[in-house]
Amino acid sequence: MGGFESIKDLQEEKQTFLTRAVLAALLCFAMAMLLLSRLFNLQVMQQDYFQTRADENRMRVTPVAPVRGLIFDRNGGLLAQNKPAFVLEVIPEQVADLDALLERLSPIVSLTDKDVARFRERVRKSPKYRGVPLRTNLSMEEVARYEINRHDFRGVDVTAGLTRNYPLGASAAHVVGYVGGITEEELRRVDEAKYQGLSQIGKIGVEKSLEDLLRGDSGAKIIEANAYGRPLRELDYRRGYPGRNLVLSLDSRVQLVAEQALGELNGAIVAIDPRNGEVIALVSKPGFDPQMFVEGIDTKSYDELLNDANRPLFNRALQGQYPPGSTVKPAMAVAGLEYGVDPGHREFCRGELTLPGSTRKYRCHKREGHGWMDMSDAVMKSCDVYFYLLAMNLGIDRIHASMARFGLGRVTGIDVPLEKGGLFPSREWKLRVRKEAWYPGETLNVGIGQGYTLVTPLQLAQLAARIAMRGYGFKPHVVHATEDAITREPALLAPQPLERIELKSEQNWARVIQAMEDVAQSPGGTAYRIGHDAPYRIAAKTGTAQVAGMKQEELVARKLEATPVHLRDHAWFIAFAPAEAPRIAIAVLAEHAGHGGSVAGPIARQVMDQALLGEVRFDPDAVPPPVARAVAPPTEDVEDAVDVEVPAPAPTVPPPAPGTPR
Amino acid sequence: MIGEVLRSVRGAGSRKPEPGFSDWLETWHIDLWLLVLLCAVAALGLTVLYSASGHSEAAVMSQGRRFALGLAVMFVAAQAPPEFYRAIAPWLFAGALVLLVLVLALGDQAKGAQRWLDLGLLRFQPSEVMKLAMPMTIAAFLHMRPLPPSLFTILLTLILVGMPAALIVVQPDLGTALLLVASGGFALFFAGLQWRYILGVFGAIGAAAPIVWERLHDYQRQRILTFLDPETDPLGAGYHITQSKIAIGSGGLFGKGYMHGTQAKLDFLPEAHTDFIFAVYSEELGLMGVILLLSLYLCIVGRGLWIALRAQDTFQRLLAASLSLTFFIYVFINMGMVMGLLPVVGVPLPLVSFGGTSMVSLLAGFGMLMSIHTHRKLLAS
Repeated sequence: MGGFESIKDLQEEKQTFLTRAVLAALLCFAMAMLLLSRLFNLQVMQQDYFQTRADENRMRVTPVAPVRGLIFDRNGGLLAQNKPAFVLEVIPEQVADLDALLERLSPIVSLTDKDVARFRERVRKSPKYRGVPLRTNLSMEEVARYEINRHDFRGVDVTAGLTRNYPLGASAAHVVGYVGGITEEELRRVDEAKYQGLSQIGKIGVEKSLEDLLRGDSGAKIIEANAYGRPLRELDYRRGYPGRNLVLSLDSRVQLVAEQALGELNGAIVAIDPRNGEVIALVSKPGFDPQMFVEGIDTKSYDELLNDANRPLFNRALQGQYPPGSTVKPAMAVAGLEYGVDPGHREFCRGELTLPGSTRKYRCHKREGHGWMDMSDAVMKSCDVYFYLLAMNLGIDRIHASMARFGLGRVTGIDVPLEKGGLFPSREWKLRVRKEAWYPGETLNVGIGQGYTLVTPLQLAQLAARIAMRGYGFKPHVVHATEDAITREPALLAPQPLERIELKSEQNWARVIQAMEDVAQSPGGTAYRIGHDAPYRIAAKTGTAQVAGMKQEELVARKLEATPVHLRDHAWFIAFAPAEAPRIAIAVLAEHAGHGGSVAGPIARQVMDQALLGEVRFDPDAVPPPVARAVAPPTEDVEDAVDVEVPAPAPTVPPPAPGTPR
Repeated sequence: MIGEVLRSVRGAGSRKPEPGFSDWLETWHIDLWLLVLLCAVAALGLTVLYSASGHSEAAVMSQGRRFALGLAVMFVAAQAPPEFYRAIAPWLFAGALVLLVLVLALGDQAKGAQRWLDLGLLRFQPSEVMKLAMPMTIAAFLHMRPLPPSLFTILLTLILVGMPAALIVVQPDLGTALLLVASGGFALFFAGLQWRYILGVFGAIGAAAPIVWERLHDYQRQRILTFLDPETDPLGAGYHITQSKIAIGSGGLFGKGYMHGTQAKLDFLPEAHTDFIFAVYSEELGLMGVILLLSLYLCIVGRGLWIALRAQDTFQRLLAASLSLTFFIYVFINMGMVMGLLPVVGVPLPLVSFGGTSMVSLLAGFGMLMSIHTHRKLLAS
């Protein structure tokens, strides 16, 4: 050891060490500078960027669903409300094994097979990152049991929310509609940003057509959350705004009476206030319970509804297309008058008509014949032969031109979705669709509302309303007003006037209306039984529409009871009242119920009694009916007449004071 | 305990230096500079640990006890003369080597690596012992050799360095192995290793890199790959670095304020109170705070080098300089990895990161530095 040490040059070694130590110090300093320059880059140059990233890490924007607008009838009665409810939701993408989860949940909340089936259905349809309700209306016990065990259930949440509720159940369900879970397809169609935090969307009825107003604006909570997503505190809150309430023109009392009057029959009733186009009642039977859809309907129940032979989901009032039968006769009479038919001219009805050069017999519903008929008699007694002859003389082109003015064969544009247009045939239509020429014989059938003609009950109610108003009219609608959910400030939706049906002479209106009054007031009128004892004057027309596919000969030959139900005639009844100052126009359809006068007429009478005599808080007479006045002085200029004389026909409904669920 | 130490130090400064205070320090072989600087860093460390551990007093107390234990070890270590360390170096080295072999044979597994040895009472990492034994042994060895080292001396040194490093690499603990190689290498460097060899080594490393790459563990490769581009895998392997950079960067010049760092508080930053505690520090105290901490570290290294310069023989010089430089390499690697300059190798920030054995071995090293500085002879050999 000592030997080595003696060789060492201690001085040189120390010198080397000094150099190396200085170099090492410089190296350390350089490394420190390298660190600092990096820190400068991160903390000064890129500070904003990293600050943003840090905020993005910790802040979660949680949408706050808006409260959906309430729906009232014209008296302030609730048609749709929101009820507080606890909902158990599952976010599918956060759950590894759905089956195992359901298994583990079953001791905690009660789950029926229906719940599970419908849940699976909705999981399949909705996006994976959105919560899917498994159970609604949890009891407090169930909520408590879940809360105790919630750490075991990742991706499961109980939310205290509001569920849509329809207090009247099936009543008016076709008009009000319902909400249901948003499907993936619907989500693609709408602006998803507007559905933050919402799981339901209007599916049919007003819930669908006024979805944008009812929905409201989502608010948002900005929440600080930790790395595991657990929310810690609220940083910011952006208020949303509840959806607007709707005040419908429906009168739920009239609606209920109408539904009851129809009884077990399938059919439809539409009652319109002719002075402003507001729909007072709109019935389609059979109905359905909209509540099923809110809670998410399972496939089995839905299939049952869909496959029900009576088609409860089908809104007959707007979607059902039927031959109008004799109910077109007043409009036909108008056409005749317009093209110069002398109302006093008489034709002889011997129960049937045979065209020259043809063997085909066109029968009148009265087999022994009506005898001599002028126009008024023909309407009153619904003589088919007279109208065969009238139609033949007018020809299809003139009939089509005149009937189109009453809106037959066209959608009315009502604010309830899925309305059908029906069909009023023309030469052009037949060539285009059937690729066939028009046969003169077909014109005769059109003249009594058969043949190709198809109308909806709504169209016939509108037809009655326009005759009642001597050509004036409004687009039918069910939404009377909307109101701000917080301030309750209403915004009336102005009725939309239609162009007046201008006749060559006001006299022609008077003649047709008189004829319709005779139907209900004169002995021998087809609705005399309905109208003669009413405390107000009814103007009406009955109709008995043959079901397509039956030959006229067969029908006449057989008695009603002997005919299979699905081939029996549809019973129609249209009316307006009081005839001198109409406040209601109505169309009643009873499917396969036989004769219009005997079946549909009494139903219409019950509805009109409720509407005109019943204790109705909304009193139409409190407001001067502007259009009724407008009719009186006939004016030359149609446009002016409408614009000037129809200033604000909407009666101001006192803002409803509903029994709010809040 | 720390409080007492700090109070005694403060007390010493506030009063007029009593006659005999420096005598007292000399008697007990204490270097006041090092003591104050180490305590300052430890105090900062405990402060930020309280925040980083989510206000855990237990963590702070446990870390404080560990620091006190380290200080005690340092005091004891300072009492023995440097000659003692030179004498025991080979034995310590041999013992640590045996322990490393034992660790591989029957050590505990933790996080996929076999590093811990359970000796009943003590559960520790033999590699920590080797961190001290390595510079001591190399310094003692070179002390016997003529300097600058001959090629033969260098080769012998490399064998001494290589054996334990290899044992640690297979644990596997790449970070510690590299630090061991560095501490041996620094001793060689201070002994006057010729520049041609230094350049040669770096050249060789460059050439060997691809071969080493082939032999690395998957998780080590993954660390290097995500280090190169952490954003490619922000939720997986790159998560550490990404979150740590966000923490540092969002701290800005003056920081978000003590206990107001959101990244650590909300658990976005993993291992916030151990390896990544520097990110919490930077987030809450900003660039200014970092400059303070880094300055303290530089002062410690400076003091260490100063002690080395004043040392009286080759062993002491090489040991002091090697310990000081290795200490700074710790700091550099930890900070570098936390701010995304270096791969994540799992090196704690000295005196600040929450953790056991490294604190004690580190302070033991400073005890040797104090010993070197205070056991001066009349005449240097």
